[in-house]
Amino acid sequence: MIGTGISVNSITARRRRHPLARLAVVALALGLLGGGYAVAAPSDSTADAAVASGKADDVAEGKSLFVAHCASCHGLSAEGTSMGPTLVGVGAAAVDFQVSSGRMPAADPSAQAPRKPLGEWVTPEAVRQLAAYVQTLGGGPTIPTKEMVSGGDAAKGGELFRANCIQCHNFVGAGGALTYGKYAPDLNESTPEQIYEAMATGPQAMPVFNDSVVKPENKADIIAYITQVRGQVDPGGFGLGRIGPVTEGLVVWVAGISFMSLAAIWITAKKRKRTSK
Amino acid sequence: MNETPKPIAGTASYLDDRLGAGSFLKRNLRKVFPDHWSFLLGEIALYSFIILLLTGTFLTFWFKPSMGHVEYQGVYEPLKGVMMSEAYASTLHISFEVRGGMLIRQMHHWAALLFVAGMMVHALRVFFTGAYRKPRELNWLIGVLLLTLALAEGLTGYSLPDDLLSGAGLRITEGVAISLPIVGTYITFFLFGGEYPGVDVISRFYTLHILLIPGILLALISAHMVLMWVQKHTQMPGPGRTEHNVVGAPFYPAFMAKAGAYFLFTFACIAGLGTFAQINPIWLFGPYTPADISAGSQPDFYMGFLEGALRLMPAWEINFLGYTLPLSVLIPALVPMGIIMTGLALYPFAEQWVTGDRREHHLADRPRNAPVRTSIGMAAVTFYGILWLLGANDEISTHFHIGLYETTIIGRFAIFLGPAIAYWITYRICIGLQRRDQDILSHGVESGVIKRLPHGEYIEVHVPPAEDIADHLRGKKQIPIVPGDEDKDGIPPKGVRGPIGKLRAKASKFYGTDHVPLDGDGHADGHGHGHDEHAAVGAGDKPRELH
Repeated sequence: MIGTGISVNSITARRRRHPLARLAVVALALGLLGGGYAVAAPSDSTADAAVASGKADDVAEGKSLFVAHCASCHGLSAEGTSMGPTLVGVGAAAVDFQVSSGRMPAADPSAQAPRKPLGEWVTPEAVRQLAAYVQTLGGGPTIPTKEMVSGGDAAKGGELFRANCIQCHNFVGAGGALTYGKYAPDLNESTPEQIYEAMATGPQAMPVFNDSVVKPENKADIIAYITQVRGQVDPGGFGLGRIGPVTEGLVVWVAGISFMSLAAIWITAKKRKRTSK
Repeated sequence: MNETPKPIAGTASYLDDRLGAGSFLKRNLRKVFPDHWSFLLGEIALYSFIILLLTGTFLTFWFKPSMGHVEYQGVYEPLKGVMMSEAYASTLHISFEVRGGMLIRQMHHWAALLFVAGMMVHALRVFFTGAYRKPRELNWLIGVLLLTLALAEGLTGYSLPDDLLSGAGLRITEGVAISLPIVGTYITFFLFGGEYPGVDVISRFYTLHILLIPGILLALISAHMVLMWVQKHTQMPGPGRTEHNVVGAPFYPAFMAKAGAYFLFTFACIAGLGTFAQINPIWLFGPYTPADISAGSQPDFYMGFLEGALRLMPAWEINFLGYTLPLSVLIPALVPMGIIMTGLALYPFAEQWVTGDRREHHLADRPRNAPVRTSIGMAAVTFYGILWLLGANDEISTHFHIGLYETTIIGRFAIFLGPAIAYWITYRICIGLQRRDQDILSHGVESGVIKRLPHGEYIEVHVPPAEDIADHLRGKKQIPIVPGDEDKDGIPPKGVRGPIGKLRAKASKFYGTDHVPLDGDGHADGHGHGHDEHAAVGAGDKPRELH
């Protein structure tokens, strides 16, 4: 999760063509300005709980990160604006999911924020601090531990995955289309923690599968199935994207029929030599 | 040395006396087959069918066509302990535990795709060269029937493994059957033996898939081949080729060698795909339960056009006196299939009616020389292609980042505009190609020799086209037009009277009018009369000086 060497600047540069990008830059600049002020200004003690649990430093750091990177859309106290929802009660799990997968901060306010390379400031440390801050705002699902996302039963998970997930994410988690420009993303890059957090928090177009809908141990089962199947070597040859008959049809026409046509041309090109003449 | 060894001669004459094989073979082994690469395309389907029979037989040794519930205890880890049908479990067994099972299963599926694709390219070749014309209309009809049966064979086979994806296809089949007015419910209950999915459908489809439909296919393919053999194959126009002969290589040995080689190519293609490209990975789909459905559920490609029609259709429904007419299922299920299959079946007869052409045709048309037919064909291909493409609209949306609704909306317009645009473009290309042919015949081809004239002008020397090319180009034939002019009393000739007759006369004129009449002897536009030399670019202002 360490920065991938692609700076925030190059991301904004790539998206510059979008008309709303200018708005986003202005909003970001204003946010930074305001954020700077907010950091400099004397703060009240909103983080009593965190202070009590000995994570006061994380919370304070998280708040300053929040003000710098998130407040322009979510509001200075995460109360939400017309550009972004409130983060009160979304929990640390939501922050970890969104920020560690690069979805937040969003590059542009389109239908859905895509997974993208992380900005330089997005270190595991920064994500933890940001999450700690948001957790203090009103609780919510917490980041799962390593034990919670491992050791599941893949076969059981497969049944749950087919019953709950594949209608959007496809049978191997290759992703699928949703309405109005939204989509269910490909799960191949998601870490086990991110999969767990997605189920717990229901990011973007996804519904929430809380612990009474899918129990924590069943979440681990689903994770086991996803990671086991995506790690599998395709026993039948090239997997063709594992999206089913569409690529198979493409292959039979592009490779099969082309090959057979070339063979036909080659065979008939061998003409008998005329004996006369 | 020249004597036949006794054991061979003895056996041969024994068989000959009883079967008359000698004269049969003598007559047929020398049968001449014309040579053109596109004439081999139908053989893709033929050889794929043979491979389908062989691989299919292998699969029946282990496949259990039963919907009985079992707990999976095979080697595939992520499904261990999962409840599934015996059909699905036995398909997993074939895939992972039977030696060579995966390869044969994959070859069977690839061969199925190649079988239908081969039929389709073969049908297109026959259509665009007018090879369905008299006397071959019946063989064309057999072909259309074969294509339809191949779809049914594919659908039943696709459903057999009882995996989640095939179940989705089965569910749509049920939806279509039940949407039929009045009889829908009865047909569905008859087909599934009660409520969907029931416990019978897999074993019923199995019988259809391995016995009934392949039996009919085999009989029809044989009839198709015998008719082709008896009626002889069409040939492309060329030197020495007429309506009364066939120019080509004899069946034995030349054509037999080529056909044998082509079988091996087909086998190589299918075996290669079966080895290197994974197809229908049912272990990833999971067992079928009617409650589950996956994103990206698609049928095999040959059903894609029906899937696309279903996805494009607005949600129309008529409720009348407590009865529901689900147009959103009925129309996409029946209309595109009806247009394409009925259109294919009726085309030879419609064309005969429009042109009034009752002659036999053994020389194939070049597609450009029948521009209206070619354009209609391309419009149909576009219609089919758009439906087919939109059958995958969710994959297009996901992988090319286009909104799902946008693909549907674009598709709804494209399905009407696309064929019209394709018609127009094809027509213009045909006319353009005809002009080019005409140009080659009247002006010759560029020789590459640049000549400088005494007054400084440069011209490129044109030479007449090679004999065989010229013959090929001159093979263009007039499409007959039904005489529609009224006589001096104002009475139109028989056959074009009345409103339908008038329509026929109009259609005939439209269908047959030749916009680029061929004038092979070089008098077309005054250039090139008795000369091989023509002005190159830049000399256009004073062409007359050349003569």
